[in-house]
Amino acid sequence: MQNFETIEVSTDLLIIGPGMAGSGACIEAAHWARQNNLKVTVVDKAAMERSGAVGMGLSAINQYQGENTPVDYLSYVRQDLMGLCRDDLVMDISRHVNGSVHLFEKFGLPIWKDKEGNYVHEGRWQLMINGESYKAIVAEAAKTAIGLDNIYERVFIIKLLLDKNDRQRVCGAIGFSVREQKIYVFRCNACIVSAGGAVHVFKPRSTGEGLGRAWYPPWNSGSSSYLTTAAGAEMSSQEVVFIPARYKDGYGPVGAWFLLFKATATSATGFDYMGEGLAEGGELHNWPPYGEVKPIPTCLRNHLMMKEMYEKGDGPILIHTDKAIAKIAEAAPDKKTYKKEMKKLEAEAWEDFLDMTISQAVLWASKDVFPEKSSSEIMPSEPYFIGSHSGASGAWTSGPEDIQTADSKDDYFFGYNRMTTIKGLFAAGDGVANSSHKFSSGSFTEGRIAAKAAIKFCVENQNTPEPDADVIEKLKAQIEAPLKFYEEHAGYTTLGAAKKRYDLPVEEVNPYFITPKMALFRLNKIMDEYVGGCGSQYNCSATTLNIALKELEMLKQDLSKLAARNLHELMRCWENIQRVQLAEAHTRHKLFREETRWPGYFYRTDFPKLDQENWGDVFVNSVYDEEKDEFNVFKRTKHSLVQIDKVIGM
Amino acid sequence: MPSYVINEKCDGCKGGDKTACEYICPNDLMTLDEDLMKAYNAEPDMCWECYNCVKICPSQAIEVRGYADFTPLGANVVPLRGSNDIMWTVSFRGGTIKRFKFPIRTVAEGNVVPDGGFGEGSGTLDDQLLFTEPASLKADELWTL
Repeated sequence: MQNFETIEVSTDLLIIGPGMAGSGACIEAAHWARQNNLKVTVVDKAAMERSGAVGMGLSAINQYQGENTPVDYLSYVRQDLMGLCRDDLVMDISRHVNGSVHLFEKFGLPIWKDKEGNYVHEGRWQLMINGESYKAIVAEAAKTAIGLDNIYERVFIIKLLLDKNDRQRVCGAIGFSVREQKIYVFRCNACIVSAGGAVHVFKPRSTGEGLGRAWYPPWNSGSSSYLTTAAGAEMSSQEVVFIPARYKDGYGPVGAWFLLFKATATSATGFDYMGEGLAEGGELHNWPPYGEVKPIPTCLRNHLMMKEMYEKGDGPILIHTDKAIAKIAEAAPDKKTYKKEMKKLEAEAWEDFLDMTISQAVLWASKDVFPEKSSSEIMPSEPYFIGSHSGASGAWTSGPEDIQTADSKDDYFFGYNRMTTIKGLFAAGDGVANSSHKFSSGSFTEGRIAAKAAIKFCVENQNTPEPDADVIEKLKAQIEAPLKFYEEHAGYTTLGAAKKRYDLPVEEVNPYFITPKMALFRLNKIMDEYVGGCGSQYNCSATTLNIALKELEMLKQDLSKLAARNLHELMRCWENIQRVQLAEAHTRHKLFREETRWPGYFYRTDFPKLDQENWGDVFVNSVYDEEKDEFNVFKRTKHSLVQIDKVIGM
Repeated sequence: MPSYVINEKCDGCKGGDKTACEYICPNDLMTLDEDLMKAYNAEPDMCWECYNCVKICPSQAIEVRGYADFTPLGANVVPLRGSNDIMWTVSFRGGTIKRFKFPIRTVAEGNVVPDGGFGEGSGTLDDQLLFTEPASLKADELWTL
């Protein structure tokens, strides 16, 4: 094996992961850094132009406030998450998000406009866009702001570095190039982790070639959670996964179909499960107060679907695209208008897929599906970790000083905005807990908020923290270990000894090591079967969760025997180390919360009901002690900053 | 094989400063075989079908064949991405062909300015105003509790 070269980079602020949140951070930080003569550096596992969750494109911006107030938005978010969110964080993003969207428009993102020049809304909060190049456009602004010399692409960060004299203070990060035999040691004063959520912790529904067809991108391996958790930051709501119900297999978006085209969904035999669920005596009334108020929370919409499929056996769930289109056609005054209207509608419907989930277009074309002629199946997916959507997992951070009450201040305001409990360590986007429903525009906004605060931190804390040289040497050895381990043992088997044309993707069987792909499959199987994956119909109990913890313990031990044949596989090894840690945190959080708060995301079969009295006003938080390899899980009080009298819907 | 490279068309971007698909792939899948000067998808089952390699390829050598575990053979979805718009050709299994053209940007590549023309804004490090605010908010002041 060729030796790794070490590259050292010193900076003031390090941004890890320039997806939407990190790109917002770049733009904001560049401005304040220039004023204060500070240096900002950004590091990306991929190429910034198309990295992160928006890399394929998007067909809508899901958070725009327009004339609505932050309290209106809060009412919607709190309702959707079954009461649990950080009011301060949600309203903080809400008050800034219009500015972000206006910036996108000026960057050159085409936002749909009506004849009067107003944005076309998909719903109250959602705008329709021509978003094929959304990330490329935003990344261009970010790259221009920060300067090409300060961007490190194809470098995968595997650990944050802490000050040798203060383990509660960040001072850098270490990682490796996935293209060259190089290890990167970044030294910084402050750091923003905006490295995405997590996919493939749970087994996906498709496991052949379609393994990669997750709804959220497969390159999101839980870096945000791993980096902050391993640094000892307090984490929150790690039990809250998100399960989108989307077009079956392709996971194409349903938002435009439901909101813009007013399509309805029923069980296979035509049962209006949403309408009946809401009606007097319907299922939703078993989940007060959230089930009784519109809009129906995302998890409860899933729950109603799951009851049809799994309890009644009346699946699949159908979305009636044909009826929706017929209804629009009926409203047309004459044939000519109808034809014109249909053509426009068809283009809009296909663009919805082509902008953001091209696989769905491939699938419809492959099956000769015409949405005006037939209904289509929708299906709840496997669980994802995505704090930016209708999920909530991530780091516990300080909120803004001015959006607090006397009550909330002790828990919610403890430092710089979006700083974690580790000094100098900030988070944004999927990295922040309980600030749900920020999507692409809100994540970008949160990156901006975190970046301004992080620069303020740099200005006010000019003592330079020092990493521990021994720790760096140990981490370097850990980074390289899977490559060395492979070299040491490959020759034991014929496949390892044989000269291979391509060393990927052939799997090697060897009793001394585990390949990253098999580690992934093992993790997926444990999570699917014991922790409430789609294979167990989202059910789990203390019994199954404890079995999972035992299985995960053995998997963790085996991770020291991961083997990589090249840098690409080395990246896969480290991605799975990250996923396994998040899996354990998730399992422990699930075990701790003894109720079923988000039916349709997961069920604690031993505590099958919502328990407002014991769990309605608390977040489940945890702190990980890396030296002892122990999680401490505990309750944190939730504060209501404003009285919500009426929920403002979609 | 999610995205695949057509042997005849790929030249490994030998005339360019980098192999385009290898540069752009968000999941580090597209790989250049330096001996053959041909690119290939090295881990098809981790492909998101994001089409970034397809869109960027200067030789139009990359296409996508839908995930074999649930997609019948025979269809093809091919983009042609220009500087202002993208043209899609959707060929169905049964022979239907649909074409769509959508805008992709209103500001030419290379001309994006980070402040969007709103200016720096009036904030200081000690207040809650972000870069470009309040102008970019199109409001007089920032909301607070």
